[in-house]
Amino acid sequence: MVRFVLTRLLRALITIAAVVTFAFVVLRMSGDPAQVMLGPDVPQESVDAFRRAWGLDQPLWVQYFAYVKSIFTGDFGVSMRDKAPAIDLVLERLPTTLQLTVPALILKLLIGIPAGVYAALHRQSITDRSVILMSILGFTIPSFVMGLILVLIFSVTLGLLPSGGQGSWVHGILPTLTMSIGGIGILARFSRSAMIEVMGQPFIRTASAKGLKWRDVVWGHALPNAAIPIVTIVGFMVGSLIAGAVVVESIFSWPGIGRLLVVSVTNRDLAVVQCILFVIAAAMVISNLAVDLLYGWLDPRLRSAH
Amino acid sequence: MSSANLTDTQGPQPPALGFMTRVRREMPVSVGLGIAWLAAMVLVAIFANWLRPYGITSMDLLSRLSPPGTPGHWLGTDELGRDVLSRLIQSIRVSLVIAFGATIISAVFGTTLGFLAAQFRGIVEHLVLVLADFQAALPFLIMSLAVLAFFGSSMVLLVCLMGFYGWERYARIARGLAISAGAQGYAASVVQLGATPARVYFRHILPNVASTLIVSMTLTFPEIILMESGLSFLGLGVQPPETSLGNMVGFGREYLTNAPWIMLAPAAVIMLTTLSISLVGDWLRDKLDPTIR
Repeated sequence: MVRFVLTRLLRALITIAAVVTFAFVVLRMSGDPAQVMLGPDVPQESVDAFRRAWGLDQPLWVQYFAYVKSIFTGDFGVSMRDKAPAIDLVLERLPTTLQLTVPALILKLLIGIPAGVYAALHRQSITDRSVILMSILGFTIPSFVMGLILVLIFSVTLGLLPSGGQGSWVHGILPTLTMSIGGIGILARFSRSAMIEVMGQPFIRTASAKGLKWRDVVWGHALPNAAIPIVTIVGFMVGSLIAGAVVVESIFSWPGIGRLLVVSVTNRDLAVVQCILFVIAAAMVISNLAVDLLYGWLDPRLRSAH
Repeated sequence: MSSANLTDTQGPQPPALGFMTRVRREMPVSVGLGIAWLAAMVLVAIFANWLRPYGITSMDLLSRLSPPGTPGHWLGTDELGRDVLSRLIQSIRVSLVIAFGATIISAVFGTTLGFLAAQFRGIVEHLVLVLADFQAALPFLIMSLAVLAFFGSSMVLLVCLMGFYGWERYARIARGLAISAGAQGYAASVVQLGATPARVYFRHILPNVASTLIVSMTLTFPEIILMESGLSFLGLGVQPPETSLGNMVGFGREYLTNAPWIMLAPAAVIMLTTLSISLVGDWLRDKLDPTIR
């Protein structure tokens, strides 16, 4: 068990290191932030001064080691545009994004999983068929189309909800809905197929044959076993709580991490982009790690192996 | 479905059954419609230059924002008086070409890495798995956003970048399948006969695992369409004056209140295409994937 956890931890660290390196190398190689920040018509002296001030005149590997060293002290560099520490800018936007993604995640879990499980237990019924249809529609409609259709219906035609901005909780309804619909579809589909697979197993037949109540068969035997694939998807969704809102934030002009990323990327604000990539990758890696550890606890086969 | 399969595989077909009857027996209506839609899209993409009534940049300033149904502009025009139907046809072509190219790059790249991992094991295998972890840790949209914005968007870069989408899926599948195929008699026997590893993998193992890989291609393809349209929607994918489905939706968004058709036409095409591929892909998986049966 200790060995398993340690290997997973090591791989998680390597992954984060790879993301940091990738972000650093690609962003530094791809053009001169001085030109974008200062505009095309500035004299060469100011470009040189800018590059010196930000350390861009140093060789790449010197910059890289300085960057890695400062990460360990919690310093992610300073935004070239706002002159504020990048990590502060990111952390400031984080709650705004979570205001959308956490309710959306809760909706996905509360609707998606029960719908899928119910459909699996009532196969070929009208409910089953409509769950399948809704879930296929849910994940084939891209979020930007879904968002615009919702705006068209609820803001333009009915005039009920605001189409963008961030003021009261009413502003959050459409973006949250947009984000949750696709996820509900994916979760329903996964829960349904996981449940169907488990219900076909011999131990379910044994459990019902020995006279267990149907409810106990489902809750005690089927659901815990079906939980394993579902947990994988949920873990992925938890990991993308920070990153999953880029498109939706852009549709509804919601000032979260996604907006910050799009704006910083356009401005070539290196420190901020690197910091966002780091935070996103860290969230993803940590939730993947949690899922892996959770497997060990959820899956009886793995549990006995350790 | 399953009963139709049984009659097909056991015993010879009665000669009286025509081709269409057999097709209808084997294929649900929804899958048939999906295939028909996809075929139509491919034809539109191939013959785009002959099909579109106007050039994609030719403007008709007198009939700006005309609604669908206007004679001469059956799907209406946009804010510059450009014909929506012509732009839609060109968009289908661009989006399909990108998705097609990218799917193939991703499948070839991923499968090759997977085979390499299976052949050499050890350090190569670890390297491939770490790369796959890396790909999973950084959401693809975010990564492409960063790369495209910093390098500037071009068609070639876009296709290559999209080609990295989903490679880890092929790599995992190909590695797993190749390892299990290597343990089977046929692979070992051609190795004994002195075949080179490349010959073993491409002539013997690949045909045996192809069906599973094809099914994953049907999963990746719609995702790449969605990814490209998402990027174009954010203004980082296909750049004007060229157009793509996501690009049209993105620009049509400005006119959502008074000209929703600019955005609805490409949105409908995106939805129908991804829906069709999902339906056909699911059906193919049931037919081809031996692990499901």
